[in-house]
Amino acid sequence: MNKVMKLGRRNFLKASAAVGGGLMLGFYIPAGNAAAAKDAEINAWIVIGGDDSVLIRVAHSEMGQGAMTGLAQLVAEELECDWNKVKTEFVDPRLNITRNKVYGGMATVGSRAIRTSHEYVRKAGASARIMLVNAAANRWKVSAADCTVKEGVISHASTGRTLTYGDVAEAAAKIAPPAEVTLKDPATWTIAGQPKMRLDMQEKVNGKAFYAIDVQLDGLLYAAIAQSPVFGGKLKSYDETAIKNAKGVRQIVALPNAVAIVADSYWEAQKAVRALPIAWDNGGNENVSSASIAKFLDEGLAAKDMPVARNDGDVEKALAGAANVISAEYRVPYLSHASMEPMNCTVRFNADGTLDVWAPTQNAEAILGAAARSSGIEPLKINVHLSYSGGGFGRRGGAAPGDYVDQAVAIAKAAGAPVKLVWSREEDLQHDFYRPISSAKMTAALGPDGMPVAWNTRISGHSILSTANPSAIKNNMDQGFLVLFHDNVYDVPNLKVDYAMRNTHVPVGYWRSVNHSQNAYFRECFLDELARAAGQDPYEYRRKLLHKAPKQLAVLEACAKAADWGKPLPTGQFRGIAQIDGYGSYAAAVAEISMNADGTPHVHRIVQAIDPGYAVNPDSIKAQMEGSVAWTLSAALYGEITIKDGRVEQGNFDRYRMLLMNHMPKVETVVVPSGGFWGGIGEPGGPAVVPALINAMLAATGKPQRSLPLIKRSATV
Amino acid sequence: MINLNINGVDHNVDVDGDMPLLWVLRDKVGLTGTKFGCGIAQCGACTVQINGVAMRSCVMPVSAAAGQPITTIEGLSPNGDGKVQAAWVAHQVPQCGYCQSGMIMAVDALLKTTPKPTDSQIDAAITNICRCGTYARVRDAIHDIAKA
Repeated sequence: MNKVMKLGRRNFLKASAAVGGGLMLGFYIPAGNAAAAKDAEINAWIVIGGDDSVLIRVAHSEMGQGAMTGLAQLVAEELECDWNKVKTEFVDPRLNITRNKVYGGMATVGSRAIRTSHEYVRKAGASARIMLVNAAANRWKVSAADCTVKEGVISHASTGRTLTYGDVAEAAAKIAPPAEVTLKDPATWTIAGQPKMRLDMQEKVNGKAFYAIDVQLDGLLYAAIAQSPVFGGKLKSYDETAIKNAKGVRQIVALPNAVAIVADSYWEAQKAVRALPIAWDNGGNENVSSASIAKFLDEGLAAKDMPVARNDGDVEKALAGAANVISAEYRVPYLSHASMEPMNCTVRFNADGTLDVWAPTQNAEAILGAAARSSGIEPLKINVHLSYSGGGFGRRGGAAPGDYVDQAVAIAKAAGAPVKLVWSREEDLQHDFYRPISSAKMTAALGPDGMPVAWNTRISGHSILSTANPSAIKNNMDQGFLVLFHDNVYDVPNLKVDYAMRNTHVPVGYWRSVNHSQNAYFRECFLDELARAAGQDPYEYRRKLLHKAPKQLAVLEACAKAADWGKPLPTGQFRGIAQIDGYGSYAAAVAEISMNADGTPHVHRIVQAIDPGYAVNPDSIKAQMEGSVAWTLSAALYGEITIKDGRVEQGNFDRYRMLLMNHMPKVETVVVPSGGFWGGIGEPGGPAVVPALINAMLAATGKPQRSLPLIKRSATV
Repeated sequence: MINLNINGVDHNVDVDGDMPLLWVLRDKVGLTGTKFGCGIAQCGACTVQINGVAMRSCVMPVSAAAGQPITTIEGLSPNGDGKVQAAWVAHQVPQCGYCQSGMIMAVDALLKTTPKPTDSQIDAAITNICRCGTYARVRDAIHDIAKA
């Protein structure tokens, strides 16, 4: 059963009919059917069925990270229900309006799904459990204190009576929730904390998992789009005579910065939009290139008197008097998210003034907001049908303002019919909100013992915050851009960090691990340069500098131990190590590599450790850590979006290369939850992997690698 | 009209012969388990089997598939529990899952010709892109199937 059907089950019955060619037609009938009559909503998060089924609402997006299962585990743990009877549905964002934000923030960004909502979802589970037990006690006319519950069965031991959750759900729903609940000690968890199978697994292996791009509707038309290749450009004109005989084409829709073609099939729309001659007003950015942007950032590295984020001691003085000074400049390029499911959105204007929207998202509320804004229809009349998202990685939340939703609304309105807009991969790669380009200049002085006494860092790059939330920028400072530096935990007495904001016309946004992705590389690789200059083991060097940071030190040591740091490797193999903190968690990585004859690394094994505080689903954590390795190796080895004539040069996976099976190393993950805090898992895993790899290359070759990617691929290959 | 045999069922579709099989499957036949990822046969999300051989349907004109047995993820096994699918569940392979239909179809085709593939045979045959990075589990799952 797909997600839309699950979502609709209680309020709507979806009747489907298979017609010629197996085309599914979906229509919706208001609820009131007998099957749903006994379902009882105990609270906003939990619906118990008369058949003892447990429906848990999930307010965050499931884009592969396992939040849907993990959040359900937390609720089920406190609810004391039968895990085998748990089903989930995504929260309709309208409910968050009508229910006074009971579902909290729905944005699934910053590895936040569990770490920001664990308390209120667990309380919902605990509160419902108390209500269900009280309902049974009332029926038996006994004290609730004399009742016990296990796996959804309430027992009264002295009389041997039992009732199931389904038996008392209707009565429980009428009981006032308890004023206070006590949450379990995580040490006693039996559902949470376990490597439970993911609830979305079966349908993700049989083709039935529902993604927004899969929606099928009666009378659905398809749209393909061409957006201004130069960012900020506008549509000037197009020559429709070129496609006047194109089969299946219904309509050309001009948008301020794009042209869409509506056709009977996506293929026909895509073919036509590629054949359509379009003239653009480039808006003055047509001469920007990667070279001009690099120069702009380099000027930032050299600029005087930039805003300072941290200034411990007196760096200038310490550097001026030092004998052993080391300086290096590091650079990273723009990167694209390239979610496997391209941007898409289906919109249907209904005769009764309501609107239906399907779109992959990391934030259902943002989709609702975008649809309301662009359609002029009030939010409560808009049904955002939620689905799994085929990746997201930051593109479908955060800084992205719902561009593909706005477009689909405009196109469907113009077409007077339901329309599914699907971006080509080329549109996806060329109209992203990119991981910003960034450069760092670091200068350090080593004392007589080889340890750094001064560390000065200047970072130059395009602030994400300046796009996502410009009013939060004060004095040209984006603290987030300097993460791992402004909060650098290494004990260096004279430490300064400042920032040259260098905003370009290229849109930037939150890309998995965000600023940690490049700053971990800058910081941890420069640190290895210092350790090497001091003639010290990079692991021991870090240990000394982390003496005031016990969590970071513990995870570093756990990783080193798991990786047999210090023990001999086969001839020709080398190790590198790195550690970071971020997204509420602590992570470290060790890479084992050998060098290929062409100077590229062969990565044999990555060992990682993570301390997320509590491990809600240890297997999901491992999966995220493994996936982070592939994500980050793609970036380090190949990832580069380049700009020529104001536009992105890479158009598809032939030029924007991804790691494949053949280059995926062995990955071993040790999960070392130390308790007392709740950290994320989607993003902490990647950042330490790249510097571990580059540091292994430094160990192998003696040469630092100060720019990425390692394997340059000309856009014209 | 083009006649297609998909998962053992005949379908007559009224499309131009140059329409890629992918779009016929998704937009005309309504089988959406086969995914669009790149349109240029780079990512493999659109992988189906034709005569049991893995093919990237996004660049295959539908005319070329006419009259041949086409298997999509929906038809790989009667209950979605074929050996590859079962191993995928056991190893908890999918994350976002979007690429996995194609990945599973490619692996199933590999195992038809090479029931016990070596790592390098896997590397050569399975070139699908998984942006979530499930490759390590894909490999483990394949080796598990081969052992059975």
